[in-house]
Amino acid sequence: MFYTLKEKHPIPFFLSACRRLEGKGKKENDSIERIGKMADSAYLSKIAGPVVEATSIRGSQINELVRVGSDQLMGEIVALKEDRATIQVYEDTSGLRPGEKVERTEQPLSVELGPGLLSGIFDGIQRPLDRIKEMAGDYIPRGIDVPALNRKKKWTFKASVKKGDSVKAGDVLGTVKEFDFEHRILVPYGFEGAVSDVRDGEFTVTQSIASVGKKDVTMMQKWGVRTPRKSKEKLRIDRPLITGKRIVDTFFPIAKGGVAAIPGPFGSGKTVTQQDLAKYADADLIVYVGCGERGNEMTDVLFEFPKLLDPKNKKPLMNRTVLIANTSNMPVAAREASIYTGITIAEYYRDMGYDVALMADSTSRWAEAMREISGRMEEMPGEEGYPAYLAKRLAEFYERAGRVRCLGTKDRFGSVSVIGAVSPPGGDISEPVSQSTLRVTKVFWALDADLSRRRHYPAIHWLKSYSLYLDDLEKWYLENVASDFYQIRGQCMALLQKEAELQNIVQLIGPDALPDKERLVLEVTKMIREDFLQQNSFEEIDVYSSLKKQHLMLKTILKFYDKAEQALKMDVTLDRVLLAKERQVIAGLKRLKDEETVKAANGAMKSLETSFGKGEKK
Amino acid sequence: MIKEYQTVREIFGPIVYVEGVENAGYGETVEIILPDGTKKKGQVLETRKGLAAVQIFGNTEGLDTQETRIRFTGDTLRLGVSEDMLGRVFNGSGDPIDKGSPIISKEKSDINGSALNPVARDEPKEFIQTGISTIDTMNTLVRGQKLPIFSGSGLPHNEIAVQIARQATVLGKEEAFTVVFGAMGITHSEASFFMQNFEKTGALERAVLFLNLANDPSIERLITPRLALTTAEYLAFEKDYQVLVILTDMTNYCDSLREIAAARQEVPGRRGYPGYMYTDLANIYERAGRVRGKKGSITQLPILAMPDDDITHPIPDLTGYITEGQIVLSRDLYRKNIYPCIDVLPSLSRLMNAGIGKGKTREDHAGISSQLYASYAEGRDLRNLVAVVGEEALTERDKKFLKFADLFEKRFVTQERMENRGIEESLDLGWELASLLPEEELKRVKPEHQEKYGKKFRGSDPEKNVVEHEERQAAKQEARPP
Repeated sequence: MFYTLKEKHPIPFFLSACRRLEGKGKKENDSIERIGKMADSAYLSKIAGPVVEATSIRGSQINELVRVGSDQLMGEIVALKEDRATIQVYEDTSGLRPGEKVERTEQPLSVELGPGLLSGIFDGIQRPLDRIKEMAGDYIPRGIDVPALNRKKKWTFKASVKKGDSVKAGDVLGTVKEFDFEHRILVPYGFEGAVSDVRDGEFTVTQSIASVGKKDVTMMQKWGVRTPRKSKEKLRIDRPLITGKRIVDTFFPIAKGGVAAIPGPFGSGKTVTQQDLAKYADADLIVYVGCGERGNEMTDVLFEFPKLLDPKNKKPLMNRTVLIANTSNMPVAAREASIYTGITIAEYYRDMGYDVALMADSTSRWAEAMREISGRMEEMPGEEGYPAYLAKRLAEFYERAGRVRCLGTKDRFGSVSVIGAVSPPGGDISEPVSQSTLRVTKVFWALDADLSRRRHYPAIHWLKSYSLYLDDLEKWYLENVASDFYQIRGQCMALLQKEAELQNIVQLIGPDALPDKERLVLEVTKMIREDFLQQNSFEEIDVYSSLKKQHLMLKTILKFYDKAEQALKMDVTLDRVLLAKERQVIAGLKRLKDEETVKAANGAMKSLETSFGKGEKK
Repeated sequence: MIKEYQTVREIFGPIVYVEGVENAGYGETVEIILPDGTKKKGQVLETRKGLAAVQIFGNTEGLDTQETRIRFTGDTLRLGVSEDMLGRVFNGSGDPIDKGSPIISKEKSDINGSALNPVARDEPKEFIQTGISTIDTMNTLVRGQKLPIFSGSGLPHNEIAVQIARQATVLGKEEAFTVVFGAMGITHSEASFFMQNFEKTGALERAVLFLNLANDPSIERLITPRLALTTAEYLAFEKDYQVLVILTDMTNYCDSLREIAAARQEVPGRRGYPGYMYTDLANIYERAGRVRGKKGSITQLPILAMPDDDITHPIPDLTGYITEGQIVLSRDLYRKNIYPCIDVLPSLSRLMNAGIGKGKTREDHAGISSQLYASYAEGRDLRNLVAVVGEEALTERDKKFLKFADLFEKRFVTQERMENRGIEESLDLGWELASLLPEEELKRVKPEHQEKYGKKFRGSDPEKNVVEHEERQAAKQEARPP
C-alpha cells in the first residue's frame, strides 16, 4: 500500500527542489510556512521513543525541520540514508503509528528574533509557555503551534536612518522600546543597499518597517539555531563580568565574553550560583536556559525575578531576562535544541552591541539528551555511551561566546559570556562531559560537596578552582579597583594554600603542637573563609558586594594578619591577639552597606595600628 | 475496530515481537491472551511497518508463538480514577485486591501524564511540620516538594516514612494529608507494616495503596508508580486534596527499567542502567508540586535503598539531580542506636528557604539551622582528629565543638518514634545546644537573634539537660506496660 502512495508522486525530489528555489527571497515572516506539500508521500516507517524514521522523503536535508504524524509534531532530520530520514521529534511520540505522514518545511530549526523576547519564557524550541498556558491549560499538549513572537502586539518603531541612506547588514535601522531596554532593529544579514522607504510608527513584528535594496525589512528575523550569527571579528578579552560574588570577582573572575564551567555533584549549589549570577551579573541582558532541570526551579525564577530589581537601573530583573525552560520531564529532543535556541537569542542581542550573559543549567542534561538520541539512532557509542562527537559539539557551543566587533558600518561592540553548569555523575569530574567542557572553558568553579555539607556557600573550592582570565583582566582591575588588588589577592591565595599544608600537619599532631605563628595563619585563613569567601544569597546586603568593598574587606583582614604577626614577634600571646575587637568588626563587614563598610574597615585598620602596641609580655 | 494478531514471532525475556502488525501506535496498550485464556497487559515499545515490540507487564510464563493472541487496543495505558479509590488497596496494575467492588469511574487518565507547564506551577512554600527535628529545622519539607529518603538495606526508612505520614501537618491548618502509597517490589511484611500503621492511625480511610510485592512480576513495577501518581494528580488537582505520595522502593523500579533495557539489547550506561534513566525518573519525580489556582498539592516522598550505601550509585545520583533535596540515613548513627538515624550533613532541602522564616516558622530559623550545620560539621571533623592525636591535643575551643557534636546527636537528632516535636521546640533545642559554643563562634546567626532566642540558654548546662532528658526517657520506657 505504501508503494502505491509513492507512485502517486513520482517526482517529489524535482518538485521540492523547484519549490525551494521559489522559496528563496520570499518574505520569511510566518511562524512556519508549510511549503513542503510535495512531501505528502513521505510516511513514518519506525518509531522508537523520540527518534522516528520516515521513508520516501527524498530531497530533504540534514537539520531540516519536519512535521510528523497527524498531530504535526515538530521534528528535525538528523540522518539520511537513501530515501529514509531519521528524525528526532521534539514532542512526545506516544500514539504515533507507522504509515502516518511526514511533511517537510524546507527550513532549518530556527528561532524568531525581534521585540517581544524579553521577560518571556519559552520551551526548548522557542514556543512561548505563557501563551501555551492561556491556550491549552496547565499541561503542555502535543502538536501545539504558537509563534514565539506575538503577531498582534504593536511596537513603536523609531527610525534612525533616512530614506536614501546606504546601509548594510548589521546597521541600526531604528529602535523599539522594550520595557526600558533599547531594542535595536538591525539590517538583517544578506541585506544591503539604499533605504528606499522607512517609517516611524506602530507596527507588528511582521509588518514592513523599511525597504533596503528593494527588499522589505520586518522587525522580526529568523535564524537557524545551529549556525552562529555573524560578526566582524572576535576581540581580545579585557574587562570582567562583575557578579558581586566575592570568590568569583576577587579570586576567579570571568570576563565579558568569557566562558566558565561550574561542575559539582547534586546539592552543591550549581543552580543557586547560576541564579545569583543571573540576578547580579552586570550584563545588559541575561538568557537563562533551564535544560533538563526541575520545573520548580523555573517557577522560582518566574516568581522571584519580577520582584527583584536590577542593581544597575532598579528595574525588575525579569525585564532583562529571557528564559528558556525545557524541564527534565519535557521531551528529550527539545532539550537538545534548547541550548542552541538560547545561544542564538544571546547572539542576537550581542549584535545590537550589548553584553549578554547566558546561563546553561545544566549542560550535562544536554549531553545526555544527545546520548539518548544517539543511542536510539543506534550509533556506535564513544566513552560512557556518549556519541563520539560530544567534545566537538561542546566546543562548538562554547566557541559561540566571545566579545565581538558587530557587523555594520559604525563600530559597535557586544559580548556573550557563557556560564555552563555541569552535573557529573557521583560528582566525579573524570567523566566525558566535564572533561570535554574543561578543555574549552577558561574558568573553572569547582563546587565541593564537603563545603556545601557544612553550608559554606557558595561552595566553590578555592584551591581547586581557577580562572585563566587573570592576566587579561589585570590592567582593568588595577586601573578601576585598586593598584594593590592583585597583590592582595595573591597574598590571600598563598595563605589559603599554606593553610591546606598546615591542615595536613594538624591532622597528624593536633593544632596545639603548632607554633603560634602558624596557628595565626590558620586563624587568618579561617577569617578569609568565613568572613570573606562565605556569602549568603538569602541576605539582602551580603548577596552582592561591590569590587571596592571586596577589596577593602580583604585588605582589612590582611592588615590584621600583618599587625598580629608583628605582635607575635613582640611576644604578645596568640590568645591575646585573637581577642582583638577588630575581628568582630571584620566579621560584620559583609552585613554592611558600601559606605558603612568604608567607615568600619578604615576604623578597624586605624585601630589595628595601635591595638597590639601595649600587649602584655609573655 | 480492535485488531487481534496470532503472529508472535519471538519471545525474549519480557519482550514479545509481533509480526504482520499494521501500524501499531508507539506506547499503545495491548492485551495478551494466553493459550489457557488468561489475559495480560503490555505496551508497545517500538513499532515499525509490520513489526511491533511489546513489553509484557507480568511474567511471560505460558506464552507461546503459536496460539498466543495479541490484541491492540488503540489507546495508551489509562487508569480510571475516582474519589471512591480512597481507602482501597490495588495491585501493581491497578486492579482491586481488597475484595471490594471494582472502581467505576467516568474519567480515565493517561498514566504517563503530561508535562506540567512551568508557567502553570505555583511556588511551593508552605512549611510542613513533620515533628522530626532533623527534617523540620535542618531540611524543611514544604508542600509540593519531592524529597526522597536515601536509605540502605536494614535501615529504618519505613518507620521514618510512617512517622512523617502520621505527623505531617501544615502549620496552622489541621488538614491531614491524603496518602497515596506505591510499593514496588517490597516484601509482604514491609507492606503489612505500612498497612497496619495506616490502619492504626486511621489514615487508611484516606489512603490509596498500590502494591507490587517482591513476588509480583517485576515489569509491572514500571507502571505502579505511574498509577499512584495519576491517582494523586486526580485527587490533588481535581478534588483539592493535599496528597502525600510515598513510593518505595525506587531501586526496584530502576532494576526493572534495566531489565527491559537489557532485554532490548540497548547500549548500557553506568552499571548497566539505560542512558535514558534520568529522563524516565524525571517523568516520575516531576509529577509533584502545586498548580496556580488549584487548592491541592502533591508532595512526594520516594524511598530508595542505596546499593552498598553508595550515594554515587546511579540510582541515588540521578534521583538527587532531579529531586529537591534528599534525606540521607546513616548506618553509623543507626549502629549508635540513634533513631531517626538521619545524617544531616549530606541531607538537603532545596526548597527550605521558601518555607521558613518570619510568619512561616520563626525569624531565626535560617540562621540557627546554618549554625547547627557548620558547628556539627566541625565537631565531626574533630572526631577524626581525635582518633589520631587524642583529645588532649585539642584546644579548649575545639573540645567544645566535639562535645557539641555528641550532644547534637544524642539530644537533637534522637527522638522517640511517637514523639511529635513542634518547630518552636526544635529551634529552641538548637539554641540550647549552641549555647555550648563561645558566642563569637556563632557567625551564622544574626546578633539580634542570638540576643532574643539564644541568650536565655547561655549559662545553662546542655550536657546536664541531655543526661536528665535521657533518664526521663528511660524511665518512661520502663513505666510503659510490656
